[in-house]
Amino acid sequence: MPVVCLRGPLKRLAGDCSEHVIEGASVDQLLRELERAHPAASGWILDERGVLRGHINVFVNGERSGQDAQVDADDRIDVLPAISGGQ
Amino acid sequence: MTELLVGTRKGLFALEGEPGSPFAVTARAFAGEPVEYALRDPRSGRVLVSVTSPFYGPKLFYADDPAGEWEQSAGVALPEAGDAALERIWVIATGEADGVVYAGGDPGVLFASHDGGASFSLNRGLWEHPARPRWQPGAGGLCLHSIVPWPGEPGRLAVGISAGGVWLTDDGGATWRSGNKGIVARYLPDDAPPDETALCVHRLCRAPARPERIFMQFHGGVYRSDDAGATWTDIGAGLPSDFGFALALDPADPDSAYVIPLTADVDRVTPDGRVRVYETRDAGASWTPRGNGLPHEHAYLTILREAFDWAAEGDALELYFGATSGEVFGSADAGASWFDAATHLPPVLSVSAYRT
Repeated sequence: MPVVCLRGPLKRLAGDCSEHVIEGASVDQLLRELERAHPAASGWILDERGVLRGHINVFVNGERSGQDAQVDADDRIDVLPAISGGQ
Repeated sequence: MTELLVGTRKGLFALEGEPGSPFAVTARAFAGEPVEYALRDPRSGRVLVSVTSPFYGPKLFYADDPAGEWEQSAGVALPEAGDAALERIWVIATGEADGVVYAGGDPGVLFASHDGGASFSLNRGLWEHPARPRWQPGAGGLCLHSIVPWPGEPGRLAVGISAGGVWLTDDGGATWRSGNKGIVARYLPDDAPPDETALCVHRLCRAPARPERIFMQFHGGVYRSDDAGATWTDIGAGLPSDFGFALALDPADPDSAYVIPLTADVDRVTPDGRVRVYETRDAGASWTPRGNGLPHEHAYLTILREAFDWAAEGDALELYFGATSGEVFGSADAGASWFDAATHLPPVLSVSAYRT
């Protein structure tokens, strides 16, 4: 199954675990399942519309991807704050 | 001792000191994050903070001690799978009933808590109001920034929205009516409809000793209502500019108000390079500049809407305001003289003051 990798506050909110093995066929499915499994992280990656927050980047196997990107069983998905969000 | 909770673009700063001398920073929290507003609920002692992470979105947190452990408040979000997302929480206010706390934010939304801020729910009456499509966001977004309860009457509340005007409820927020009569918006055409609600209210303060009286700093205009917000009278004559954001008052004197004029909407700095607070003690019939101890030369400061507050009242009235330059100024004599409470902070977004 794909592995979703988290750092910083997202890691802490998701049970202080940096790697999450989650079943899903798209980035969107993985992120929704991650937030469902870890309610403390709900609203931190996806907003209430279910849209990826503007300054969160998702990479699939190192390549920047969108919320609708398809994923395979052995893919690695990194969820990282974007440099665009800095002030 | 006086405590100041200062929200800045780079975190929350808790300050303590005796008026007249610089305050000490006793705690810093949410380092690096924009803290829009912080409030200490005098009933419980709990501190509530609005944080708008550019990465993770707007959140409310609470703690018993600014230096302690913070918990995230639940329910601070718009309905799931809708068309809108919560952008920011601008302000937090205590209600009149036990445990009631309000939070106001963008897009023009009000949340209410009945457990002291641990959990909130969206006020549906305002969220679903038929006038909402006619509201327009200002430069800071569509912000609900002023929440003014009525002392002793939990069901009565006024809120200010930029730019959605004044909204009033007598039934605890189940129904809302506009309270905009008499407000003149110079940014609208002369023949704008009389029920226009795209009114850029900048700040509301209710006089607790005469609750039917509310003062307003408008986007070009200073107003007073003596009928609980139904109608408004312009009281801006005598000010160097009727544009500004900050507004305060002396709770003991219903004829008192303080404003900090800025030059104009296209030049949001203190006029003529001088920082001066203007005080009225006759309900706006006249204004007196109070600048003793404030920068008076080459000082072009911006003071935002939540960055002016007071503690105590009457002869003991203390006033505090912060600027985006990172300075916080204080007065222990109702504005007659001023001192530097803090310098070199990040840009100040809000100040709330408590006499301990």
